[in-house]
Amino acid sequence: MSLEVRDLTVYYQTLRGDVRALENATFTIESGEIMGLAGESGCGKTTLGHSLIYLAPPMKHIGGRVTLNDVDLPIADIEAMNPHRFRDVSIIPQYAMNAMNPVRKIGRMTEELLRSKGVDYAQIRPELQRRLDLVRLRPDVMDLYPIELSGGMKQRMVMVLSTLLNPFLLIADEITSALDVASQKAVAQMLVEFREQDCCKSAMVITHDISILYQIADSIMIMYAGQIAEKAATDTIIHEPRHPYTKLLISTLPEIGAQYTRKRLQGIAGKPPLLLLPPAGCRFRERCPVADAKCVQTPPLLEVEAGHSVACWREVERRAQA
Amino acid sequence: MLKLDRVTKVYRVGTFGGRELRAVDDVSLQIPDSEVVALIGESGSGKSTIGKMILHLTNTTTGAISLDGVDVSGLRGPGLKDYYRKVQGVFQDPFSSYNPIFKADRLFHIIHAEFYPRVDAGTWERKLDGALRDVGLNPEHVLNKFPHQLSGGQLQRFLIARALLLDIRFLVADEIISMLDASTRIDVLNLLAELRSRGLSVLFITHDLSLANYISDRAAILYRGRIVEVGTTARIFTSARHPYTQMLLQSVPRLDRKWELQTGIETTPLQAAFASGCVYRDRCPLAYEQCSQKPELRPVDAEHAVACWKVPAAAG
Repeated sequence: MSLEVRDLTVYYQTLRGDVRALENATFTIESGEIMGLAGESGCGKTTLGHSLIYLAPPMKHIGGRVTLNDVDLPIADIEAMNPHRFRDVSIIPQYAMNAMNPVRKIGRMTEELLRSKGVDYAQIRPELQRRLDLVRLRPDVMDLYPIELSGGMKQRMVMVLSTLLNPFLLIADEITSALDVASQKAVAQMLVEFREQDCCKSAMVITHDISILYQIADSIMIMYAGQIAEKAATDTIIHEPRHPYTKLLISTLPEIGAQYTRKRLQGIAGKPPLLLLPPAGCRFRERCPVADAKCVQTPPLLEVEAGHSVACWREVERRAQA
Repeated sequence: MLKLDRVTKVYRVGTFGGRELRAVDDVSLQIPDSEVVALIGESGSGKSTIGKMILHLTNTTTGAISLDGVDVSGLRGPGLKDYYRKVQGVFQDPFSSYNPIFKADRLFHIIHAEFYPRVDAGTWERKLDGALRDVGLNPEHVLNKFPHQLSGGQLQRFLIARALLLDIRFLVADEIISMLDASTRIDVLNLLAELRSRGLSVLFITHDLSLANYISDRAAILYRGRIVEVGTTARIFTSARHPYTQMLLQSVPRLDRKWELQTGIETTPLQAAFASGCVYRDRCPLAYEQCSQKPELRPVDAEHAVACWKVPAAAG
């Protein structure tokens, strides 16, 4: 059981041309895997998440395919995706706290949502009850309006709703970034709990906060300017990253003990290229400390070890020498 | 020195304003010259309201705010304008701080026209050039552009440069880096640290504990409108005494240690802050009868004060 993405390329169509937000993404999410997806804003991580569930204009599917347990997922066809959405692939959207209908009580909204998918509310009620317990929400939240809950509670409520039909893949888009640290921790740990309880088989956690991923993810994929830079097990990414961008990104994170008077951290100089007409080759090369002439060509995503892929010419050279 | 003395802000809420919401409750805080004080709290804790009151964007209900011993709450007209020469703010979302139909550097022209009408164009240009270089921007690359042509980090630095043009002494920095990427946020933080060494004091409002620790000299922890713990950053982060602060510190995701299993999260729907007693008592694992009385901030040592009945005050 796994979700396989091969050479997925998605552009945004604009009046000034195509914005190449996602190019040749190739990766696999195994059943039971929580994969973190990290990168700076505009690196294509949300585009990747959305293209797996609702690829609507101005997004355009350019190439590549997605298979779920060896069955094609028709991501390019909005209508054909309908039976898969919510059942096979589900999403907790960014700003999930604003995702609920403000003028409906939560119970009523849930009922309407399930009816639209042809599911009987009364039948699913006991399971819903169990899930509410799991996220430690009291059953009477169903009689409340969204405004009566705190941000963290709304986030947990949306988590319950998104996973009610036990999807294979749950896409969690920046679900912790608007919360304070205590709610952040609760929501992140509940995501792990959901996987343990089989509420979803696997999850893709999109965030810019790598320290959260270190806590909950099995693997981390780093994206830069629309391309996959590196994917590996969580500990490998944090402690032994190979891609220059990953190395720099990890080094910019202040640890709790860090103070600027003792150890001054450095940002990464420069900024990502515009994706409207991106330069050919490795898109990180202008900010990269180890770039050379070879980098004007696009580096292949090379599997350097089992489960560890890096897109960098230095790795290709290293293999050639070995 | 900027001083908050028992400041309270009460909002009227409900359809006819029949209910009260104590956004800030009896907060006293001192921010000495060239010091960065972090104000840490979760959403809804009143941290932005404190910033707005200092910036005169909203009135205090009771209590006083003073700059160098002069009460500023009653300032109007020229007095207020003079205050804004010394005290400025930068806010969370750099994109919404600009009018998208004008060029971004319009805000510098406004400063010129409003505050320095007698400075001639040539002198002003040199001054602007210097301020932009101070915040790490190359004027040739950033001037004469529209907001959408600049990055979030650049726009945020523009706003800091704008504050610098006024020769300010005090900056309210309200979540200024939470919308920036990891690779640029450190640069903005380092910039603040540099400005501090030149005599600027900063109220650094944030919910991110590791960033607060990185930059600040002292820290105040705010919960439901009240300061529950205040002290030097080193003391707060190494030996926090209030149960809320301890819980926050344990929740920070770290790269050197994984979380222990979660205990005690809020499970009840939102309610108004308690009018009396400890504000944290419904979530606190240590709560007992005494907590229905309001705990005052009491010093535990020379650099550290805590508002909790379970924490014994320093002798004497």
